Amino acid sequence: MTPPNNSSLWAVTMATLMKDIRLEWRSKDALNSMLFFSLLVVVIFSFSFDPLAEESRHIVGGLVWVGFLFASVTALNQTWARELRNQVLDAYRVSPAPANALFLAKALGNFIFVGVLEALMTPLFVIFYNVRALGPAWQLVPIAILGTWALVVNGTFFAAMSLRTRSREIMLPLLLFPISIPAVIAMVQGTTSILTGEESAHFWIVLLLTYDVVFTTACLALFGMILQAE
Amino acid sequence: MKRLFPILSVLTAIFLAYALYLALSKTTPTDAQQGDVYRIIYYHVPSAWTAFLLFFINFIASIQYLASRKPSTQTAAKWVVIAIGIVGLVACFLPPVQRLLPVGMRPSAVATTVLLIPIFYFVIGKYFPGDNLDVLAVTTAEVGVVFCTIVLVTGPIWARPVWGIWWAPGDIRLTSTLVLWLIYVSYLMLRRFSNSAETQMLAAALAVFGALDVPLVYFSIWFFRTQHPQPIIGGNSGGSIDPRMLHVLLISWMAFLCFAFLVCWSRFRLELLHREIDGAHATESLAGPGTAAYASLPLNRSPR
Repeated sequence: MTPPNNSSLWAVTMATLMKDIRLEWRSKDALNSMLFFSLLVVVIFSFSFDPLAEESRHIVGGLVWVGFLFASVTALNQTWARELRNQVLDAYRVSPAPANALFLAKALGNFIFVGVLEALMTPLFVIFYNVRALGPAWQLVPIAILGTWALVVNGTFFAAMSLRTRSREIMLPLLLFPISIPAVIAMVQGTTSILTGEESAHFWIVLLLTYDVVFTTACLALFGMILQAE
Repeated sequence: MKRLFPILSVLTAIFLAYALYLALSKTTPTDAQQGDVYRIIYYHVPSAWTAFLLFFINFIASIQYLASRKPSTQTAAKWVVIAIGIVGLVACFLPPVQRLLPVGMRPSAVATTVLLIPIFYFVIGKYFPGDNLDVLAVTTAEVGVVFCTIVLVTGPIWARPVWGIWWAPGDIRLTSTLVLWLIYVSYLMLRRFSNSAETQMLAAALAVFGALDVPLVYFSIWFFRTQHPQPIIGGNSGGSIDPRMLHVLLISWMAFLCFAFLVCWSRFRLELLHREIDGAHATESLAGPGTAAYASLPLNRSPR
């Protein structure tokens, strides 16, 4: 039984997060599938486009983010399925722990997994497409962080939502992609404008930040109801 | 009410025919640049307005449904909506906010739109209590998707002769309408595929996410050059629409609204019957066949 002083938002979040990271460290299910998937995306795209360095600057932003978007869906689909075994989710529902702690832990966990994926795959994209940023390259870091969070926060929420649907593996992208369109536009356009160095990426970073704030708030406000919906 | 339905259907059919006659007749002026092609405006624009209105009602009904689950959130939501109405109304007339508005958009028009939020909120809350809110949300989403599809089909047909292309990928209104359509199709898919007992709640949450998404889509395409005509109705910049054309356009919209109302009404009744039948079946399977539960099936009931 959890003592009351231990069931604060922060404590539960960290406990769940560490549990997820340990599970992932031992099994490496999500990371392996994401890595191999996005490697395939890189290879197939490079065969189907075969661009020059100048052209690749204009398209690689789109390729990178579409690849990561598709790859992250494979990890997001596994986040909650893991909790269905042995009725862990039911146990969580009746426990006094705050619902948002579970959500935050899951979202942070996915953020870390997708972040690791991006750190490993970005060098590959650079090698395959031979790109070099003409604009300020450090701005790619805030775009990557905000963009990943934008994908992951809504992805975690919709994965929880599609948990109770028939064929839920298909349902998650159907729900997630339409809502992610503004974030994807911002990520792709921001990356492209940094790589080509033609215009400032400032607007896109602000847009991503707005998207993150709006949807993180909405997710935290509504997750309690989603968790209780059986 | 039930006897009113055939009468209203006949009236709507006559009204739609009249709108079509006006749209094609010689008395309505032909556009100076586009010729007779422009006449598709009398179908394109009214369907767009109707679709947006229906999606707006869906959003308000979803918010109401989410708020009505707890008395405390219901009170809070009521005051938030009132505050949005007042703040939005005042803010539209402050100079710093007015500068943010796009060119050709009047502050009074924006203020009226903002004021519609509390008005719709309270009207819908009053006439659609409890689960009827969710029935209203399904109905408006389904009919809205149909009208939005009409917009997305008539748009390219009109664009091809006028712009020379079927589809302008960077255009702000094309893309926002398409994303809106995608969101609501995914909303209907969720309703179809969900086997949770709380589908209504999940769907309402998705509708709120969709409503938050649309302004962001709008801003994300803000930077692209837009090909659409600037607002010609209520706008104060550039050319304005001929009053005779505006007259036909509004009549057309009225006819479309009547049509949408009729479809929504029958769909609403159908959904109520569906739920009543489902409930009666559930009771029957609990109580065993041949029990009193059978009598409560709506089809066996004597007409009121």
